[in-house]
Amino acid sequence: MQQDKTTGMAEAVSRIDPGSAVAAGLALEHAIPFAAGHELLRQGIDDLTLVGPISDVLFDQLIGAGLVSRVRAAWTGNVSAGSGYNFRRAAESGDIEVENHSNFSIALALQAASMGVPYLPTRSLLGSDIATEPQFQVADDPFEGEPIVRVPAVAPDWAVVHVQRAAPTGDAHFWGNTGITYEAVRAADHVLVTCEEVVDVSTIKRDPSRTRITREQVDAVVEAPFGAHPSPVAGHYDRDNEFFLEYADETREADGFDAWADAWVHGVDDRESYRERYEREVGRDLSVTEPTVAAEVRYGQ
Amino acid sequence: MGNERSAGGTGGDGADREPVTPGEYTPREQMVSAAAREIDDGDVAFVGMRLPLIAFQVAVSTHAPTAMSVFESGVVRDDPADGFLHTMCDLSNLNRAVSLTEMTDVMGRLARGDVDVGFLGGAEIDRYGNLNTTRVRDGDRTIRLPGSGGACDIACMADRTVILMAHEPRRFAERVEYVTSPGHGEGGDWREREGLPGGGPDALVTTKATFGFDDGELFLRSCHPGVDPSSVVGDFPWDLRTSEGARGEPVATTDVPTREELDLVRTFDPDGFWTE
Repeated sequence: MQQDKTTGMAEAVSRIDPGSAVAAGLALEHAIPFAAGHELLRQGIDDLTLVGPISDVLFDQLIGAGLVSRVRAAWTGNVSAGSGYNFRRAAESGDIEVENHSNFSIALALQAASMGVPYLPTRSLLGSDIATEPQFQVADDPFEGEPIVRVPAVAPDWAVVHVQRAAPTGDAHFWGNTGITYEAVRAADHVLVTCEEVVDVSTIKRDPSRTRITREQVDAVVEAPFGAHPSPVAGHYDRDNEFFLEYADETREADGFDAWADAWVHGVDDRESYRERYEREVGRDLSVTEPTVAAEVRYGQ
Repeated sequence: MGNERSAGGTGGDGADREPVTPGEYTPREQMVSAAAREIDDGDVAFVGMRLPLIAFQVAVSTHAPTAMSVFESGVVRDDPADGFLHTMCDLSNLNRAVSLTEMTDVMGRLARGDVDVGFLGGAEIDRYGNLNTTRVRDGDRTIRLPGSGGACDIACMADRTVILMAHEPRRFAERVEYVTSPGHGEGGDWREREGLPGGGPDALVTTKATFGFDDGELFLRSCHPGVDPSSVVGDFPWDLRTSEGARGEPVATTDVPTREELDLVRTFDPDGFWTE
């Protein structure tokens, strides 16, 4: 009998210690683990280092709640509206330390950790001010003698990912664009998988080519339908663009963010009550309009 | 979803190619048209956010039917999405894509030199096409911006890049505050000396004009209809060269969008979310 790793969101998130480095928002605008992020806010787990490519507004929310000491990311803001105002305020006041990356450099940093090597080289970043930031080294490639940038490995304590379905064992299917999800899962010491649906492991094993997250990588599995709203999840719900625009308006000042968090994070017990409140008070239709189904995939022996 | 206007726009009869009158379209629609024409048939285009999303869809619907788009999120598409795109990860961009893959896959194509043209934006641009999206000065205050995303990677490694920016004098700096995305550095053969694999900026399209690069330095190539070259030159804090000085040719007038292009822009952005 394989270990059952399913648990509740509050219990799973409580395993993340203050001071942890947490990678999240790894598939760019797709499948951002907002439900897990909001539980971090509810529990006030602080002194976090956030790691990611772009995070859309998840990082902005964690920063706004005062939980973040450091951001190691390529882009932090609000994709629909531009700036994330909590990030801007905290970075300008020096409340957070920002380690500037590009999308590829943060991908390579996680990839290096996932391979157990100290760094990976790239010819991206050359000539930019990003390359001159203290975490990087510009050096000559020992083989050809041409300049390269050494991107040091980044191994987060936790990767938090949201997927369509996972088995209680932790084996998971994720489809749609995946960004740097798998690099982060392999690089992290611990992995929390939140999912739209917990399924039997036999469902996972019927399509093993889709399984890029496997049980030995995963610490906890939490069923969290609607767990990535307002970001989209392929096959489940579309991006709630209006949410991002309203969030920008509402959080232009710090008080506005506090009011937003009081209503939508502290004012609900969990994701289920968040969803009920959303459907009662906002209720935009985010349903899939063309339920495309892939052609049958055959395996066999 | 779609829009019946697209049917009229892709009919291919001569009337579709007739220019429309200046004033019938917005400056951003002009930018999309100019950007779409920077994508050649067969190109692999690295498509970022906002206007380039629309420009690729226009290009593949008109003169570049075999162009491909790649997005840093991992999306690879060969056709317009059937629905409006707020971002590259909207479900309509994932639905019936050619491939939904990983960032290192897409960035690897860029690093190998497989991307023909990449699109960039920025808060600030300088004399040599260096772009800043990290932090800008406003008097004594330093304003923190979101950062690079994939822009630095595109700037370093695409064969050529096209920059799209709103035409606002505060965005033009002799030297940007922070080089998020390298252009031609200090001009001349700077990119080669730095070891940058891609060719760097080839064009800048603003809401008033288009610009080229001569020996790495920005110059005014054409003004959009109704725009006076001297007013464009006056928007820059350095002595901006024009095509007269750089190439010995008078400053041209930017080609206006065709009826077909305009119809397509309005099909792909029906409420003018990005192009108003």
